[in-house]
Amino acid sequence: MELKGKAFKFGDDISTDHIAPGRLFHLRSNLPELAKHVLEDADPDFASKMNKGDFVVAGNNFGLGSSREHAPQIIKIAGVGAVLAKSFARIFYRNAINIGLLLIECDTDKINASDELEIDIKQGFVHNLTQNIKMPITPLPDVMIKLLNEGGLIEHIKKHGDFDLV
Amino acid sequence: MGQTIAEKILSEHAGKQVKPGELIISKIDAVMVQDGTGPLAVNEFKKLNKTKLFNPERTILFIDHAAPSPRKELSNSHTVLREFAKEYGAVLSEVGEGVCHQRLVESYINPGEVLLGADSHTCTSGALGAFATGVGSTDIAVVMALGKTWLKVPSTYKIVLEGEFSKGVYAKDLILHLIGLIGADGATYKALEFTGSAVKNLTMSERFTISNMAVEAGAKAGLFETDEKTYEYLKEQGREDKFKEIKADSDAKYERVININLSELKPTISCPHTVDNTKTIEELERTQINQVYIGTCTNGRIEDLRIAADILKGKKVKEGIRLLVAPASRKVFLEALKEGLIETFAEAGASIVTSGCGACVGVHAGILGDGEVCLATQNRNFKGRMGNTEGFIYLSSPATAAYSAIKGYIADVREVL
Repeated sequence: MELKGKAFKFGDDISTDHIAPGRLFHLRSNLPELAKHVLEDADPDFASKMNKGDFVVAGNNFGLGSSREHAPQIIKIAGVGAVLAKSFARIFYRNAINIGLLLIECDTDKINASDELEIDIKQGFVHNLTQNIKMPITPLPDVMIKLLNEGGLIEHIKKHGDFDLV
Repeated sequence: MGQTIAEKILSEHAGKQVKPGELIISKIDAVMVQDGTGPLAVNEFKKLNKTKLFNPERTILFIDHAAPSPRKELSNSHTVLREFAKEYGAVLSEVGEGVCHQRLVESYINPGEVLLGADSHTCTSGALGAFATGVGSTDIAVVMALGKTWLKVPSTYKIVLEGEFSKGVYAKDLILHLIGLIGADGATYKALEFTGSAVKNLTMSERFTISNMAVEAGAKAGLFETDEKTYEYLKEQGREDKFKEIKADSDAKYERVININLSELKPTISCPHTVDNTKTIEELERTQINQVYIGTCTNGRIEDLRIAADILKGKKVKEGIRLLVAPASRKVFLEALKEGLIETFAEAGASIVTSGCGACVGVHAGILGDGEVCLATQNRNFKGRMGNTEGFIYLSSPATAAYSAIKGYIADVREVL
């Protein structure tokens, strides 16, 4: 899978209310429709401006708040290639991996809005093509890599009939 | 080596001695979803092609976030949960029965258990000495099928509470103070363990308020040891047989220790748009409000309503201010009725709304208008939380909220105590 796209910058503490707000609670049963509003309360134009494969780039504590898995789901459905942040909130992190949304922990200060990025998971770096710099990625824990590679938690359980992580 | 509460409970559920940072497969005693996260969990569960739930009696589905339903799409989501409960024999908590976390501590969760919930404030049950944490719908779907999950054993922050609250200062002020101190990600992946000489004086209601907000500092759990108060609480709910002593070892290892003297705390407010943006009432400039919301899993218990009613008794809500009161459960509502608190609220000019989450999650029954300000006893004030990104949410104790409703601005309740 090629991971190449444009950076859309967001700040610190982007909550699940920014990503999938409560006022759109009724759309949770229609994720493709909800995905048209992804991150709307942080950047109203994001969903219309982004193209498939582009990246969400944020600061600290991305995804704090509610356990609503609809938040990572609609980021994935919208076609975001990966979310890059300095740090992630715990439940969001777990949810994203469970449903197969790639998260990248790195120093996002070195990325500007609209920078072209290429991510090399195997080598463990983000290549900022616009600024021509390479930034290391904090490696994902083994358990997360396994779940991602197997297509998420449901696929993992279907494949093994049980947890095969520890 | 000595263990913290989290390590002890997880050791028992993993069937071996566990260490912080270790990845384990843990048995799960009870599992819950609510109407916002449940339909997705049902959907994911069905992908696993299982014909039955691992433990139907302890798979609990709550209809509380959009209750009663304000829209047909949400009514249809409720139908999904009702039909699933019927088909698989799960427990259903209907419209009006109350907010999931309040219902869980009232009726379902016991000391020493592990609870996984598809709701971030599942940590509320930590006050009963249970390891309770929030996850997403897919995690829950797998637990519904297998009765277990994978967990990373968290290291623990010890929060040592000493002294007594001064007048006008409550458990809510304490937890807001702590979150302001360490930040919204100050305890990410950690368990918080509340201990110290002040704990024995904290009521169960106060402990629930504190545990409820552990996640607002990023924590995975907010734990209390069990004591006579826990026993008495369980007895009131008719399940004292479930009492179990839960206590950290005296030589347990903590990653960090934070000392708080309750007597030094002041009424504390979280300001828009993050919970850790706290100020004491003295630091806050006069802030006019449009709406006051007393309720939720954080502060909608009978003890909270008593405090608010005491302040509102014989008084009127300031003209132009909307006061909404939502008892956290039907049980709380009935107690408040019997004690005359509902009458006090209604006479003061409050609207009583259905026990549930409604306004706090921005679904219905208290959505803010553009530029409006709400003072709420809930646990979150994120931008857009109450249904409008142009709204402003401040968080406080029920006492500060009740007094502010009378004054029309965020006021210092110590003036009348």
